[in-house]
Amino acid sequence: MSTGFQLEESPTTGDETITNYTINFGPQHPAAHGVLRMVMELDGEIIERIDPHVGLLHRGTEKLIEHKTYLQALPYFDRLDYCSPLAQEYSYVLAIEKLLNVEVPERAQYIRVLFAELTRICNHMLNIGAHVMDVGAMTPNLWVFELREDCMNFFERMSGARMHHAYLRPGGVHQDVPEKLLVGIGEWIDTRLPELFGDAMSLVLDNRIFKQRNVDIAVVSKEDALAWGFSGPMIRAAGIPWDLRKSQPYDVYDRMEFDIPVGTNSDCYDRFVVRVKEVYESAKIIKQCLRDMPTGPIASSDRKVSPPKRAEMKQSMEALIHHFKLYTEGFHVPAGEVYVATESPKGEFGVYLVSDGSNKPYRCKIRPTAFSHLQAMDFMSKGHMLPDATAILGAIDVVFGECDR
Amino acid sequence: MATLHSAPRFTQIDGLKNTISNALGDHLVEAREEHGELLFHVQRGSIETALRTLRDDFEYQQLMEIAGVDYPNRNERFEVVYMLLSVTTNNRIMVKCRASEDTPVPTVTTLWPNAGWLEREVFDMYGVLFDGNTDLRRILTDYGFEGHPFRKDFPLTGYVELRYSEDEKRVVYEPVKLAQDLRQFDFMSPWEGADYVLPGDEKADMPPIDDPKTTESPKQTGAGEKADDKAAEKVSADAPAEKDGGPDAPPPEPTEDQPGRKKRVGKTTDTAKATKPKKGTD
Repeated sequence: MSTGFQLEESPTTGDETITNYTINFGPQHPAAHGVLRMVMELDGEIIERIDPHVGLLHRGTEKLIEHKTYLQALPYFDRLDYCSPLAQEYSYVLAIEKLLNVEVPERAQYIRVLFAELTRICNHMLNIGAHVMDVGAMTPNLWVFELREDCMNFFERMSGARMHHAYLRPGGVHQDVPEKLLVGIGEWIDTRLPELFGDAMSLVLDNRIFKQRNVDIAVVSKEDALAWGFSGPMIRAAGIPWDLRKSQPYDVYDRMEFDIPVGTNSDCYDRFVVRVKEVYESAKIIKQCLRDMPTGPIASSDRKVSPPKRAEMKQSMEALIHHFKLYTEGFHVPAGEVYVATESPKGEFGVYLVSDGSNKPYRCKIRPTAFSHLQAMDFMSKGHMLPDATAILGAIDVVFGECDR
Repeated sequence: MATLHSAPRFTQIDGLKNTISNALGDHLVEAREEHGELLFHVQRGSIETALRTLRDDFEYQQLMEIAGVDYPNRNERFEVVYMLLSVTTNNRIMVKCRASEDTPVPTVTTLWPNAGWLEREVFDMYGVLFDGNTDLRRILTDYGFEGHPFRKDFPLTGYVELRYSEDEKRVVYEPVKLAQDLRQFDFMSPWEGADYVLPGDEKADMPPIDDPKTTESPKQTGAGEKADDKAAEKVSADAPAEKDGGPDAPPPEPTEDQPGRKKRVGKTTDTAKATKPKKGTD
């Protein structure tokens, strides 16, 4: 220096530089709930930054749908969120119906609501079990999987398939449900579900370890929850009573009486409890459906949308033609674009459907629930410990079939 | 048209279309209401300003989705559609703008933090650029993927396929090979607007004939008098007409006798019994 001053050098550790280190969480990790890779930057055991890499299960569903007729595209929705298949079909079917402006018979609406709620229970059984297991408890998971198995059996009796039902159809449902099945569901709701689920939750809800792992983890303010596009149990846990079944009712949800559980603290524990409470609310809705369900047709009588009964086809030439046309060419949907979102067990599941008037969707954009939630992973986990990441992930309730599409 | 469907019923606000249209002013290109949904097409450059107005003055707190759509025939081929939700007024609207491959759309990560991934997805799938998005990486496709798969001109089967190579001990990309052609069925009825021409279709466009052709006399057949003689002529040496020459023709030669068979060697006369398999032989 020209002035002659000698600046004192700042003290360093010499050659040793302390840096954060980066670890790779997944893509094959039991707590990642599928194929999720998270690049985590850790300072010791504190999470500094998380960069989730999604898309490992990307199958181009939306592009495939553009190459199928409306009806052929339906089963793709079962394969998105394979834990709650009916809820995905629901949005798609409603979007088509909105474009077609077709009326759905009352019985079909009740059947849809009933099984959508059963799907919600089925989904929450998986998530509650997985969340509990992520933070270290084994037994409750095994118990609630029993209930999930029961649900699967009901679905099998409903549609013939345990998971990929392809049961909802534009204009109604595929086939009527037997009386015995409805009775069975009623009994199950009254006896087995509250007993087994109550027992399992009694192990968890007041459990000291479970609370230590979840309370005050990943607190999200109401403002953040709105800004990050949260929906479903995630936004309700933040204290915002927002439920599409209540605020934007579809089918016969406006006739149902149920409550919206909301959280107070907006942490992982609240998200868990919201889901637990929702199971009981769903049970309430199912009971009302069973009580009020009328008899009658289960699909629209508009033969340009829904096929005739097989018996009718044996008698009527016109019915035969309708059946043939519906299963080869499919129906044409008036041009236009709609965005239809329903309350899936994981949050707002939306379908943006663009029709050009032909028998195939021009564009079908699927709004996955997990995209917004997983994106918030970074700011939710910041400052928490590494093992908390699994609890946060468990409370998001993410399934990659749906996230990656 | 009366609403028959039972899709989600959100609050319909009277005059919302006009109120928002006025507020957007010059930014607006077109406002539409169809199927019960409000759609605002705004200038690309002012999408961020327009969405800020909607968020701050019209209480659309949540950005639920950004969707890309490809219309290859247009000048600006892409549409970017923003789905907004208001949890206070319980209303949904869609806002869209158009873009091409080289005209970036201003980012809205300044308004909603979750726009980041949504814009990344539109960029990944369609190649729409977002000006101001600092993290515009691919999101759903593979590391090192080339192209934008959801464009209408990108084939459904893609260009490359992946397999594990035992030789190289790693996963390798190869040009896609289909064991069977990708089948695309066209179910459109020919009378309802199929755009292909079936053989014979061109006749439909021919002008009707004023003077229809009739064949009431042999003259009108166009064959002429010599045609009958011509028909009697022998076509070739082996033609059947050769020996069929009239009443004086020699009779046809007899067909050759069947050559003599060998005599049976066995003595039995009861064939059924003789052909029955003996016990214990099999």
